[in-house]
Amino acid sequence: MILTLTILLAVIIAIAWAAFNAAYLVLAERRGAGIIQRRPGPNINGPFGLLQPPLDGIKLMAKQLIIPDGADKFMYISAPVLVMCPAIMSFVALPYSDWLQAQNIDVGLLMVFAFASMGTMGIVFAGWSSRNKYSLMAAMRSVSQAVAYEIPMIITALTITLMAGTTNLDAIVAQQSENFFHWNIFPLFGETHNILMPFSFLIFFICSMAETNRAPFDLGEAEGELVAGFHIEYGSMGFGLFFMGEYANIVIGATLATIFFLGGWSCPFGLFPGVWWFLIKMYAIIFTIIWIRWTFPRTTIYGLLNLSWKILIPASLVNLLLTAGLMKVF
Amino acid sequence: MNQPVELQPDETFVLNVGPQHPATHGVLRIKMEMNGEYIVHAETVVGYIHRMHEKMGEIKTYPQFLMNLSRLDYLGAMGYSHCHALCVEKAAGIEVPKRAEYIRVIMVELNRISSHLVWLGAFIMDLGGFTPLLYTFQAREHILDMMERITGARLTYCYIRFGGVSRDIDDQFIQSARDFMPYMRKELVKYHKLVTGNIIFKKRLIGMGHISPEMCRKYGASSGVARGAGINFDIRRNEPYSVYPELEFEVPVYDGCDNMSRYMVRMDEIEQSLRIVEHALDQLPDGPVMPKKAPKNIKPPAGDYYQATETARGTFGVRLVSDGSTTPYRMKLRSPTYSNMHLFDEACKGLMIMDAMAMMGTLDLVIPEIDR
Repeated sequence: MILTLTILLAVIIAIAWAAFNAAYLVLAERRGAGIIQRRPGPNINGPFGLLQPPLDGIKLMAKQLIIPDGADKFMYISAPVLVMCPAIMSFVALPYSDWLQAQNIDVGLLMVFAFASMGTMGIVFAGWSSRNKYSLMAAMRSVSQAVAYEIPMIITALTITLMAGTTNLDAIVAQQSENFFHWNIFPLFGETHNILMPFSFLIFFICSMAETNRAPFDLGEAEGELVAGFHIEYGSMGFGLFFMGEYANIVIGATLATIFFLGGWSCPFGLFPGVWWFLIKMYAIIFTIIWIRWTFPRTTIYGLLNLSWKILIPASLVNLLLTAGLMKVF
Repeated sequence: MNQPVELQPDETFVLNVGPQHPATHGVLRIKMEMNGEYIVHAETVVGYIHRMHEKMGEIKTYPQFLMNLSRLDYLGAMGYSHCHALCVEKAAGIEVPKRAEYIRVIMVELNRISSHLVWLGAFIMDLGGFTPLLYTFQAREHILDMMERITGARLTYCYIRFGGVSRDIDDQFIQSARDFMPYMRKELVKYHKLVTGNIIFKKRLIGMGHISPEMCRKYGASSGVARGAGINFDIRRNEPYSVYPELEFEVPVYDGCDNMSRYMVRMDEIEQSLRIVEHALDQLPDGPVMPKKAPKNIKPPAGDYYQATETARGTFGVRLVSDGSTTPYRMKLRSPTYSNMHLFDEACKGLMIMDAMAMMGTLDLVIPEIDR
């Protein structure tokens, strides 16, 4: 009974954390864009515009939900849920500090990736069921993109698993504790002596950006040509869920990068390790992602696929092979 | 990525782009026959916001029609009224004071810069980069403020009158224009640093959207489209009008025939326009801005008159057939975007939709000017 309650509580906290992040990252993104574009951004509602996300939520919920004529009703309604739910599920396995984790799972890494790849299904559903040529084209793009970028991402994660010897996210962080030089991203001083780690981090970072449909890889919602991409026919909270799902996925990507490469909750100087260090690292990565979005133009779909199939996948495979070799040597 | 597309007709589908679509910057409609993401055939449908400006020109007297001209192209309106005024002055034989000519050129060139700045921001937005739009609008704001002080309008000017301009410029305007020059040059460097060197931007521009000089001649394309295809043609230099022969400037020409060439032509044109304004301010003579007795009632002698000018979007022409009355018998407006746009079908064949949209961005379309 108590165990059930604990799990329930953990899941509720995970949902709340995902929703809170999704809502406030939208604000952070808009404010960040404002700074980059020499304008204030939303600053009217509440101090620093902090009331903007709840008000946006109320507005979205108050709007009429219009289902287009001839749309596949069941798929149309289930698509936003299918985008948001797997993202929330991933949060259950993510550790934020040595005690702050919903559920410590031995195959945590696998679980996160399994749920992360499910989000694509929601996008396909949305694109297909809206009965709109733009959304269908966007959905096809999204699928080819997701397939292409999941491979190098998982291979890079495999490199980490190879070095850590475990898929337990908690254990991966524990190996990088103490200080700066034990982090996976610093090649020479840690336990593992792998000079390829910065390179792995780069691949992982690019892939996580492409996985979450973020600019410059936001081909699925390229408003220049496809108007709004796969969620063109969505209004009201259906659209809101797509939006939140996207930001939740960004948080997952940044969290994974922090866990794999930046030592999780360990402090750079070995002082006061804790959840605050984790959050600092995670939000620094998220800020970088926002910064890139507002600076770069969009790539093309074939440029994107070429980058994955011709460069990132071979590179990550070579990386995996060399890592295995290096581990044998040292 | 030009790829030959050979298909059965039933393997394609029609994608209706527009009239309301973010990439068309207005209400242009394009019926695209697509093979997956490749374009097989594109048909531009014009006339959505047709307002019969030419007909209005025939039923209104000359001064009444004056303000219609700035409603053609809302970004570079000054150049259009300049052309019309030149044509009517040529027909009616009205002398324009030197100072007025210089002021006209200064205004037209400033307007050209502001128009190119909007194009730059919107074009990069087509490619998915949002930030430069805000930067260019900030620079444009300076120009609009300057021009608003003198002309009283920010977009649709009625500043150029038959025989001169409606108001003289003052020291404050000259000072702000002079202050603007170094600011704009600094901004241009910033744009080049932010945009031109970007690897994604380069990949999407260099070698993409091929428009050959033959195609330009066939469709009568002008402005950056023609000069980006290596055609060294600029009305300001080839058929000089106003005081352009007295001013120093170069006509930027690139022969890459791709998006990058067209982009670079327009970027260089901003620089050249700055040079013209600077030079015109140096040479600005004293004197009146309207002739002593400007005719109130304009009745050009019967005949056929034509005047072309280089506007921000290309060669704009006014053909005026007068029968000696107060209204013209025929008023034909040759708008540059109309010709440039018809390239689109031929140039986008075999392109992917996103490259076609990038190519369309370099055409610099302003829809009210197509559907005049």
